[in-house]
Amino acid sequence: MNLHRMLTESAKRHPEREAVEHPDGSRIRYAELDGLSDRLRDRLVALGVRRGDRVGVYMHKSIDTVAAIFGILKAGAAYVPVDPTAPASRNAFIHADCEIAAAVVAAEFQAGLADEFAKADFSTRLLVVDADDGGLDGLLRRLQAEQDAPIAESVDTQPEELAYILYTSGSTGRPKGVMISTENATSFVSWCIATFEPTHEDRFSSHAPFHFDLSILDIYTSLSSGATLVLIPSDLGKEPVGLAKLIADRRISIWYSAPSILSLLCEYGRLEEQDYSNLRTILFAGEVFPVPHLRKLKEALPKPRYFNLYGPTETNVCTWHEIPETIPSDRAEPFPIGAVCSHLEGIVVDRAGREVASGDEGELCIAGPSVLMGYWNLEEQTQRAFLRREEAEAVDENRWYRTGDLVVAETPGVYRFVGRLDRMVKKRGYRIELGEIEACLYQHEEIQEAAVLAATDDEGAVTIVAHLATRDGQKLSMIKIKHFCSEVLPLYMVPDAFRFHEALPKTSTDKIDYQTLARQD
Amino acid sequence: MSDETAIQEQVKKFIIDEFLPGEDPDELTPDTPLVSSGILDSIATLKLVTFLEETYNISVEPHEVDAENLDTLDLVTNLVTSKR
Repeated sequence: MNLHRMLTESAKRHPEREAVEHPDGSRIRYAELDGLSDRLRDRLVALGVRRGDRVGVYMHKSIDTVAAIFGILKAGAAYVPVDPTAPASRNAFIHADCEIAAAVVAAEFQAGLADEFAKADFSTRLLVVDADDGGLDGLLRRLQAEQDAPIAESVDTQPEELAYILYTSGSTGRPKGVMISTENATSFVSWCIATFEPTHEDRFSSHAPFHFDLSILDIYTSLSSGATLVLIPSDLGKEPVGLAKLIADRRISIWYSAPSILSLLCEYGRLEEQDYSNLRTILFAGEVFPVPHLRKLKEALPKPRYFNLYGPTETNVCTWHEIPETIPSDRAEPFPIGAVCSHLEGIVVDRAGREVASGDEGELCIAGPSVLMGYWNLEEQTQRAFLRREEAEAVDENRWYRTGDLVVAETPGVYRFVGRLDRMVKKRGYRIELGEIEACLYQHEEIQEAAVLAATDDEGAVTIVAHLATRDGQKLSMIKIKHFCSEVLPLYMVPDAFRFHEALPKTSTDKIDYQTLARQD
Repeated sequence: MSDETAIQEQVKKFIIDEFLPGEDPDELTPDTPLVSSGILDSIATLKLVTFLEETYNISVEPHEVDAENLDTLDLVTNLVTSKR
C-alpha cells in the first residue's frame, strides 16, 4: 500500500478520530487531514508537479507539515524534508541538489531561501505557508480563489519509485541524500505494525524532526492505525520538565526517541510527579543507551515495554531487541541491538567481505526490501555502500548494504554493537574501540555525557581525548577519573586528556555531535 | 624545606604540568598511584625518568623503571634520594 493510502484508508475508517495534535492546541481529524492534503495535491499538480518529481518541505513541525508530506506523496512526488534549524545555505543546497520541482516553505524561511537560491542561480516554485495568515488551508484557499486547481487523482506509485529523500551529513561535509522508495518505506512500516501492534486507541509521540528517519515510524505507523500522532516541537523536545509533563498530559502510549532524550527526562524530568499509566511502549534508537541511565529510567517507569531499535537511515530499523523486565545490577555493557527484523536479512563479514564464523566480530550487512535505492546523484558512494560484486558472489545475489558498524553475535542471530568501523583506532599497536571507553565513563556517577575521540599529535602519535559533561557542571579531578578508568579498562585505553563541557554539542537529531567536538580539539 | 620535600615538589610540578595540565595540585598526594592508575602510561613514565636523570644528575637502570619504584611521589622521591 502506498504511504498516502495509509492516511486515506484510516480516514475512511475513522473520519472523526483525531489524527494529529500539537501542544499549541491545534488538532486535526482524519477526514480533515485527508482533505487538506488532497487540496495540496491538486495545487501541486496544477503547478506542474509530476510523478517522480521531488518537492521540498522546509517548515517547523506542525499539522501543516504533516499535510504537506501527504499532499506531495498523493501527487506521486517524493518529499524532501530539510532541517528547519539548519542554515538556509545548507537547505538551499539540498533543494538544488535534488532539483526539486517545488517546495512548501514556512514564511519565516522564504527570504533566506530565496537569497540562497539567487546566489546559486537556482529557481523553483515556492508555496509559502504563513502560520499567522491561515496556514496551509489559508494559502490553498487564496490560491484557489485566484485560479482553480482541478481535482487530481492520487498517484499510486510503483514499489521501486522514490517516496522521500532524507539528507544526512556526509563525511565529506556535503550532505548526501538517502533515496527511499515506496517499498523501502512500506515494508518497514508493515514490520512496525506487526511488531508493536498499534491500535486506534494509541497515542504516538512525534519527537524526532521530520528530516530524521525516526519520524517514519512515528508518522506512518500511527496514521495507518487510526491512532493519534502528538507532535513535539523541537524547542520543547529538549526541555525535560516540560517534556515529562507533555508525555503525561497528552497520554502518550508509544514513545520513540534517541536515548539521550530519555536520559535527560529521567535525570531532570521529575517523572515521579506525573501519571504515566497510558505509556505502554518505549522505543529508542540512534545511539547506544548507557545502561546506568536505562536502569534508572526503568526504575522510574517500570510499566512500559522497552525496545532497542537499531539501523542507519539507509535501512531504517534493521535489528531490534526487547530489554528484559529487570536489568541485572551488575550489567554494565549496553544491551544488544538484537535480531534482524523479519523483513530483512543480515550477514556479518570481514574486511574482505567474507562471512565470519558465528561469534566473530565483523561488519553487519543488511539486505531486503527496506534497503535504500541509493544516494541521490552519488553513483560512486552508492556503489561503495554495498558489498562489491565479487565479494557478494561468494555469498549470494543479494544487494548487501554495508552498515559500517561492527557487531558480534552474542548468541546465534542476536547481535551486539561493538562500534563504528571508523571509530576503531590503534594506539601503539593496541586496537582501541572508542565506544568502550565511553561505556566505562558512563559508569561514573558524576558523568552525565561522554564522548571519546582520537586525535593525532604533531608526531603522529594517537592520543585519546574524553569530552565530558558532569551532572553538576563541575570539573572532575583528572587523577580520580583516570584512576576510575584504570579499574575497568586496560591502561592503554585510559584517556590521555579530558575536556569538560556544560553539555556536549548535539546534532539536529539529538545525537552527540562528534564532528563539532573533533573540530574543537 | 628539606631536600626530600623540595624534590617531591619539583617532581609533582613536572607531573602536573606535563601529564595533568589544569589539575588541582591538591589532588596529587604523595601516595596517589601514578603508574597503576593510568596517570602515567609507558611513554609518560619514560619522560618522567628522563626528567629525573637530567634534573638530579642520576642514572635510572632499565629494570628500575617500573611501578615498584615509580608508582607514587613518595616512591619516586625515595628512588632519587637513594641515588644521590
